[in-house]
Amino acid sequence: MQLDKRQQAILDGKEGEIKAKVMKTLVMYGETFGAEKMVDITGEYGHLVTSFGLSVMKPVYSLMDKLIEGGAVSGQKFSVDPRPLESCVPRNLIQDIFFRVMYSKQKDYDEQLKKLGIMNDDAYTCTCYMNEVGNTPKKGDILSWAESSAVVYANSVLGARCNRNSGILDLFGSIVGSVPYFGLLTDEGRKADWIVEVKTSRKPEAQLLGSAIGMKVMEKVPYVIGLDKYFSSLDDDAKAYLKDFGAATASNGAVGLYHIENLTPEAVDLGRTLIKENAPTYVIDDEELERIEKGYPIIWKDKGATPKLAFIGCPHLSRAQLSSWSKRIHESLKAKGKDKVSIKTIMTAAPGVMEEFKKTEEGKRLLKEGVVLSHICPLMYMNNPKCGTMPVITCSNKLRTYTSARFYKEDELLEIITGGDK
Amino acid sequence: MKKTFKGRPVVKGNVTATALVSHGGFNTLASYQHSLMFGDKTGKCSDQNNSDLYEKPMAGTALCMPQTIGSTTGGLVLYCAASMNRQPKCLLFSKEIDSLAAAGAILSDVWTENSMPTVDNLGDEFLSFVKTGDKITVKEDGTVEVER
Repeated sequence: MQLDKRQQAILDGKEGEIKAKVMKTLVMYGETFGAEKMVDITGEYGHLVTSFGLSVMKPVYSLMDKLIEGGAVSGQKFSVDPRPLESCVPRNLIQDIFFRVMYSKQKDYDEQLKKLGIMNDDAYTCTCYMNEVGNTPKKGDILSWAESSAVVYANSVLGARCNRNSGILDLFGSIVGSVPYFGLLTDEGRKADWIVEVKTSRKPEAQLLGSAIGMKVMEKVPYVIGLDKYFSSLDDDAKAYLKDFGAATASNGAVGLYHIENLTPEAVDLGRTLIKENAPTYVIDDEELERIEKGYPIIWKDKGATPKLAFIGCPHLSRAQLSSWSKRIHESLKAKGKDKVSIKTIMTAAPGVMEEFKKTEEGKRLLKEGVVLSHICPLMYMNNPKCGTMPVITCSNKLRTYTSARFYKEDELLEIITGGDK
Repeated sequence: MKKTFKGRPVVKGNVTATALVSHGGFNTLASYQHSLMFGDKTGKCSDQNNSDLYEKPMAGTALCMPQTIGSTTGGLVLYCAASMNRQPKCLLFSKEIDSLAAAGAILSDVWTENSMPTVDNLGDEFLSFVKTGDKITVKEDGTVEVER
């Protein structure tokens, strides 16, 4: 790999041994994928996937200490994934004890993040690209991010350029200010390997469609035809849909970029010239989505158990989604003559998004209706073994994939939390 | 019966281990989550969606797979597994290695004492042939011998 003078000096140890090791890691990483050069990061902020002070992940915190002691801190400010805990989220005594033990490193890690360069105390969310958070890359920006749902969103919806970097490597790129040039950073790497034809009878559930595509194409780039008819433009609703869709493609498969015909920026600019020659086609109809959903394992001990908790917001909800859920829950409760949800329901969003929403009439009403509004990571909550054994339901395919939470489509989930049926 | 395959060494090394085979994508976070969190030194797989590996110990095995999938914590998780001595002995990929697995293999090589020799591009035939329990020998030039 050819390095420029600055990069070579870092590799040669001119900025210290630790920074040299950081650069060596990035060079090895790039060479694995045939990168011939490193390119400078042009996005204003980074985003890290590691937000949790999990006591058993000591190797990560030791590494962070080495970086700080070696003067290898981030050259750009960054946001980071959500915190695992918040006092408003329900937990019993035993669960609380487990949380305290599991996340006993949280305060220490928060301090490390400050030293390394976190944007501010509220920059904890998987949806850092929301306006309220302020880490929204521009089209064409080169990024050193991790968090699969954020990377796929930045690439696909914003037109930024970022590989599916792993945790730690996200920070390494921000430390040296450069990333190896390969994959989704290149024009060729952004071409579509698959054509996906959506032929459903109605707008497909974002989380199910994303899951089907992720499982089929794995890490490849899909070009989706037939979805644009459900959207008039890339407005807030479309962006929220694509956020959830993308998170499912990235967690059920390993998609880092998708194109939606006539909707996402590169598909609008380049159309079907983005599709590689001889790309295979995957047709998705109602039956296919049903097949995919039926294939999800249910790992509750008692498969007929009454749900105890519902999570909505993995990835974190947008302001428009909070408003939409608020209306839907209120109307459903009203229709049933109820004034509170039947199951403890936790909705999650970025701190900045949630705090603003709580001040609105819709937010206040939702709180009165018994919904908990939080900015935690539902996945981190579910990792508590005393929470993981509870019958928890969700409309998030990412949460389903990584935990014991059972997946329901949005309308089904709404019915359960407002009606008490399952 | 013995069969030899040739791939590309991503992290070079010589090692012998028993095969553990995932025919679907290996979800690193989902697979290692419980083992890292709850002190299981055998690295028992906790990915409910992976019927090939679910509840099988991964530490010390020759982990064979098409590629890894899922969360971008993947590389970090492999790095932690290696730092805590719960890593597979080697990683063998039928396809080209993905960015998360590569990060994990390289981080482990550069920053820990527990390097995992890693070979990719072994081909679909490798994954069709190799079975869990086979004896695997990896050489630093990317040669992989499968014996049963």
